[in-house]
Amino acid sequence: MSSPNDTQLAATDTKTGLSAVLAQNAGSFVGLILPVAIILALTIWPTITGKDITRESIFTIMLSIALASSLNILLGYTGYVSFGHVVFFGLGGYVGFYLMAVQGWSLWLAMPMGGLAAGLLAFLLGKAILRLRGGYFALATIGVNEAMRAFINNFKPFGGPVGMTLNFQVYKDYGGAARALSLAFYILAALTLLIVIISYLVRTSKFGLGLLAIREDEDAAEVMGVVAPSAKTWAYVLSAILPGIIGVLFFFKNGSIEPVPAFRLNFSIEMIVMVMLGGQGTVLGPIIGGVGYQSLRGFLLTSPLFKNIQLAVAGALLLVIVLFVPAGLVGWLRNRFPALRRVLQ
Amino acid sequence: MILQLEGVSKNFGGLRALSDVTFDLPEGQILGLIGPNGAGKTTLFNSISGVYTPTEGRVIFRGQDVTRNKPYEMAKLGMARTHQIVRPLNELTVRENVIAGSCFGREGHGLKAAGKIADEVLEFVGLAPRSDQLAGSLNVGQKKRLEMARALAARPYLLLLDEVLAGLNPSEIGHMVDIVRSIRDQGVTIIMIEHVMKAVMSVSDRLLVLDYGSQIAEGTPHDVANDPKVIEAYLGDPDLALRLMRDETRA
Amino acid sequence: MDFLLTSILDGLLLGFVYGLAAMGLTLIWGVMNVINLSHGPIISLGMFGVYLLFSGLGINPYVALIFVAIFGLLLGIVIYFVAVNRVINAPHLSTLLATFSVAMIITGLGTAVFSASPRNVDYSLGSFTLGSATIPINRIVAAALSMLITAGLYIYLRRTRSGRYIRAVANNRNAAELMGVPSVRILALSFGIGTMLATVAGGLIATLFPFTILAGGTYELKSFVIGVLGGLGNPVGALLGGLILGVLEGIIPTFMPATWVPVIEFILFVLILMVRPQGLFGAKKS
Repeated sequence: MSSPNDTQLAATDTKTGLSAVLAQNAGSFVGLILPVAIILALTIWPTITGKDITRESIFTIMLSIALASSLNILLGYTGYVSFGHVVFFGLGGYVGFYLMAVQGWSLWLAMPMGGLAAGLLAFLLGKAILRLRGGYFALATIGVNEAMRAFINNFKPFGGPVGMTLNFQVYKDYGGAARALSLAFYILAALTLLIVIISYLVRTSKFGLGLLAIREDEDAAEVMGVVAPSAKTWAYVLSAILPGIIGVLFFFKNGSIEPVPAFRLNFSIEMIVMVMLGGQGTVLGPIIGGVGYQSLRGFLLTSPLFKNIQLAVAGALLLVIVLFVPAGLVGWLRNRFPALRRVLQ
Repeated sequence: MILQLEGVSKNFGGLRALSDVTFDLPEGQILGLIGPNGAGKTTLFNSISGVYTPTEGRVIFRGQDVTRNKPYEMAKLGMARTHQIVRPLNELTVRENVIAGSCFGREGHGLKAAGKIADEVLEFVGLAPRSDQLAGSLNVGQKKRLEMARALAARPYLLLLDEVLAGLNPSEIGHMVDIVRSIRDQGVTIIMIEHVMKAVMSVSDRLLVLDYGSQIAEGTPHDVANDPKVIEAYLGDPDLALRLMRDETRA
Repeated sequence: MDFLLTSILDGLLLGFVYGLAAMGLTLIWGVMNVINLSHGPIISLGMFGVYLLFSGLGINPYVALIFVAIFGLLLGIVIYFVAVNRVINAPHLSTLLATFSVAMIITGLGTAVFSASPRNVDYSLGSFTLGSATIPINRIVAAALSMLITAGLYIYLRRTRSGRYIRAVANNRNAAELMGVPSVRILALSFGIGTMLATVAGGLIATLFPFTILAGGTYELKSFVIGVLGGLGNPVGALLGGLILGVLEGIIPTFMPATWVPVIEFILFVLILMVRPQGLFGAKKS
């Protein structure tokens, strides 16, 4: 059956053949080991060192990982660039915060409502703007974020431009402010673990395969039978829910919410940078990207040499990555060492 | 009849790319679709497979009106196709490409079952040794076979092949023609667009000739080859006349 | 009624400048399908260029525009070769991020040098009254210059060889290459002209309002809106889009609080994108 040049080339293929054998022996969840190990290590780190300041910086890293991993479902798996993903964080945060601050709901009920609001927005937007391809979709997401921020700025029930604050008494229900801070950290850790597992399950499922097909060639995917409009919409919804929930948690911990920090466009772009840095389309990439980006930022902000030009240095680094390592660190490793593919999902 | 076209036309702005195409295709046959460049062959495929919605006319597939169906609906109903310019999912492996074909095609398998089918199909088209390679790293001939494998993995009733022989060397052409025949022998109906005349003449049960978007002849390969209208259409295209002559001399 | 007229007039005058600010963005977008996210910081550079030449060397701001234009052209060509050329055929994300990293570099360095405190070009040509309206002459000059530059660009794109090359590349890069158009040089030139327009627009804005190094961001967002209003690559479309936006900004505050302006602007933006992604007046690019 096979043509002569085929068998000839097959002999040189032992490297990929070997990795296939390794893969079969290693079990099916091997790709999840590294991501989960990193999240767990980050979670217990502050307990080991016992310093609150460590916990605060790890909170930021964890937040980055969770948001970047969420965005990755849309950006990395489906190939749609959302420049305004922060809108889900902001809207979820606002809805949850309103329920806690004005309606007196508990954090436990407000969080799912924030997720629901974000998911619902993504569903409606999915129907409307996911038809747009490439740069047009990216622009539309910017427009949506700006429109939402401007609207909330005028929306009296949410406090307009001044936003809302939580009464300090609220934290008493959670054992005082200190306990609430620590509680927020562990909730975030659990949510981060959850999104990483979801990300892995999507990556290795039939649904995920459909998303990857859309990323590679949407028209060809439709011809193959991938129902692209609904697959894209669900990917969008999935990538929006966790940021919505985390928004509630973040502003609960913060104690106040305002339009500008809730819908900061640069925050969206930071998420993209983290996904790119680590490697889009992989489970591990956004984790590495989140840790790497925040560590780098921390270093630049505190180093006397780069303190004033940290933004410019970060920009130059991003440019180098985009131009020379577009697959990100994990993607680069996967391409360089195919045998590692199973471990570096 | 597995497929019936009733007066199918397609306009792009003021341009009429297809006009009043009508034919019936019985199950189990190979229909060759030929015609000069720009005659509307790929447009016809796109109109059948749901990529375009015909401006006029009806497409009936297995007794069901599918004129306004989307491509993915056609895939689920049991139609699969390859593209003239290959469209592999480059960053996925060969095997993943074919698994996707099986997962989202007519039978809608889960990943496990699809994996088995993919292995069978890859063996069948001779790509098994390359299963774990990225699709983007294949050469053109291999990519054509991958497209074929992906379409077959969907287990379609009707297979649309768009120039699967173009760009292949003579031994690859022979191999591909064998594949096409054995697919037909498994009971799959096939429409193939082809420029390699000798091959399409030998493999097709019937031929349909398009010129400027209209069907100018339909019948057995023998009848069509001797139809003065067809000869005229082809002589009007020096490029193709040249190619036909080259095919003759090569044979 | 009088108030409404004043608002419209105000909006129209401002609209010309908005249009000019957007022109560079839509030109680059239309020619090479790159959405230049460094557009805003480049506008800011134009503002600071005029500011430095005026405050530092005492050069008339309108004369300073010439130097700023040359600087913008060269800067754009440099940016093209450093950041864009390598990823021009890569997926959209690459060019978006490449130009965004340029924005980060410019903003980062700009903040370090100029800080984020507001500046202004203190150069007033006075004003005149029309009925109950008082109109600063700076605005009229800015509007007139914007029109002049638009006309110049229009003629350049139609009448000169390099201009026609730009349109050919915009239309179909591959076909243009086959016909012997040096596409890389033309792309670099287009990018240069795009940033030149941005710096000049920034310079003009500096003669109207106080600004900071971050001020260009607002105009970048407005330019997106104008881009989808007016279509891509067409200078007249950008000017029309700018006028529409300017008039909207003039009229809306007479009906509702001014803070609703961005809400309406961006909802309009998303709606137009959904219905006619090629722009209201545009008819190209998919």
